[in-house]
Amino acid sequence: MTTTTTTSTRLSTWGATLLVAEREILSQVRSKAFLISTAITLALVIGGIILSSVLGGRAEATSVAIVGPVPAAAADSELVEVTQAADRAEAEKLVRSGAVEAALIPDDSAVGFGIVALDEAPDGLVAALSVSPQVELLEPSSTPPGLRFIIGLAFGLVFMLAVLGSGATIMQNTVQEKQSRVVEILLAAVPARALLAGKILGNSVIGVGTAAAIAAAAALGLAVTGQTDLLDLLSAPLIWFVVFFIFGFVLVASVFAAGAALVSRQEDTGTVMTPAMMLVMIPYFGVVFFGDNPLIMTILSYVPFSAPVAMPVRLFFGEAQWWEPLIALALLVVATAAVMLVASKIYTNSLLRMGARVSLREALRAS
Amino acid sequence: MLSVHNLTKNFGSRRVVDDVSFEVGRGRLTGFVGGNGAGKTTTMRMILGVLQPDSGTVTLDGEPVGESALHTFGYMPEERGLYPKMEIGEQLAYLARLHGIDKTTAIQRADDLLERLGLIERRRDKLEALSLGNQQRVQVAAALVHDPGVLIMDEPFSGLDPLAVDEVVAVIAEHAARGVPVLFSSHQLEVVERLCDDLVIIANGEVRAAGSREELREQYSGNRWSLETGSDVGWVRDIRGVTVEELAGTSVLFDGEAAVADAVLRAAVERGTVTSFRPVRPTLGEIFRDIVVDAPTTEHDEKVAAA
Repeated sequence: MTTTTTTSTRLSTWGATLLVAEREILSQVRSKAFLISTAITLALVIGGIILSSVLGGRAEATSVAIVGPVPAAAADSELVEVTQAADRAEAEKLVRSGAVEAALIPDDSAVGFGIVALDEAPDGLVAALSVSPQVELLEPSSTPPGLRFIIGLAFGLVFMLAVLGSGATIMQNTVQEKQSRVVEILLAAVPARALLAGKILGNSVIGVGTAAAIAAAAALGLAVTGQTDLLDLLSAPLIWFVVFFIFGFVLVASVFAAGAALVSRQEDTGTVMTPAMMLVMIPYFGVVFFGDNPLIMTILSYVPFSAPVAMPVRLFFGEAQWWEPLIALALLVVATAAVMLVASKIYTNSLLRMGARVSLREALRAS
Repeated sequence: MLSVHNLTKNFGSRRVVDDVSFEVGRGRLTGFVGGNGAGKTTTMRMILGVLQPDSGTVTLDGEPVGESALHTFGYMPEERGLYPKMEIGEQLAYLARLHGIDKTTAIQRADDLLERLGLIERRRDKLEALSLGNQQRVQVAAALVHDPGVLIMDEPFSGLDPLAVDEVVAVIAEHAARGVPVLFSSHQLEVVERLCDDLVIIANGEVRAAGSREELREQYSGNRWSLETGSDVGWVRDIRGVTVEELAGTSVLFDGEAAVADAVLRAAVERGTVTSFRPVRPTLGEIFRDIVVDAPTTEHDEKVAAA
């Protein structure tokens, strides 16, 4: 250039990638739909945890009319709400009117009192006043039963929701760039691989950030309701889950971006969306349905698409050796790199092709 | 100077651009003219590196155009498009930054251009909130915002009202005057004729004619003459060597050798007053039709103004 005084320095691919990522993040963070849906999700998570703890954690107190001195067992229990009554007749009246659920009447039995109720034995009260023998387990299970299913479901659900949400956004943005034809100007300025990388980076930051916010909200909810035992239990596998999550996320994001580059209109995204969705759903259903089959879980924990869910679940139950997550992670990283390479090729070859859907073979073959 | 050497591109078995070579001089506006499907857009995309040619090269001042040179190119694609939901000021600044301009300068450039195009008070509006004409102006600004060293514009005037065409022409001419090679395509041949210094005419993927506007008009002038007299000129038909193209009462347009034209003029003078007699040089539209006659028909039927 000899004529124009141009202050532009050539932008590196990495610089262009950052710029594209910045735009992706800004345009999403500013959109009302994104802000509102994130706020609702966070509120649901915190509210759900608090609500379930309030509803499930504490049995309802039973209101009881008591004649005479209050027995020690009833006085200590939080499950009993005491109303004093002068004699048996008044106590019965209270029971019949529904003011109390039961009455404690002193008698000559070994326990020292009997219970009067209307039409149903008050189980809560009986349990509160009963004396149970101490139970000692010789081989206690380290985790409560049923937790296996729940943990698999939770990891799978978090991964699937985050990835599907961002995947749909990536697909929509890519197709929109094609549909609004801005992509031609972008391609004249920066290479296609920078566009692809920026899109994946930006949406990964958003997706992982949202997932982190949800995790923080869940931790907050658990801490507020005093259920910190579950948090302690999760810590190490949770860190692995985060690491796997990030790479798995990039892997799926690349698949979605490459798929989106094959079509030119929003109406056509369905045809490429479905296969991409399947890739995300497989780990979810695999872990949920085959969670107790060690062989299938071991295989799933190495397959790149299901590793982000299956490996942390195996780690959680202490079924994996220390080196297993490292190998699975290496496989995941290699697969991610390979998919990004293929995605970049598809992206480059099909971004400018308008009209009918570009077939996968065509996109890969063109120079 | 921007030079295109033997560019060829096939889509499947169809050859879309066939051995195309031409030059775009510095400080000169070069018009790129051809019917629909003639290969203009494909050629432009290959110049910009958006599309890989099957063979052929593009050079700028003798140097092959690589990624770093491409960075200084400004492009206005035929398929208009920007982000519909992005504020126009921010959008232009973003495009400038993609071309490697730092953030502060980019914002300044975007504002300057919007000021120039009369859109400064709307810089915080989203593109989709603008009228179509104003969206076109923003599109022009998008091609210029990084102060390009080469300007490639595909149909920059389509969709613009005559006032906006003048505005855009002024901006483009200003760039050319600074020594930027400017290549633009257009269906509006009158605008091309008024504006461009050089012409490249393409049909069926091949360059059919290239050169300065005057050279082309000279080359395709043929032997056409126009005669106007005070009385009916039907008699011109009977003169040997004359092919009448258009006859309307007292005026006639005809083809003939210079000697034949002399004979016609002499005869006319004998018959009465001659109000006008001159050689007719073809308009661009006529040249274009001559050259592209076997190319696919264009949708834009340019009116051939008989001079």
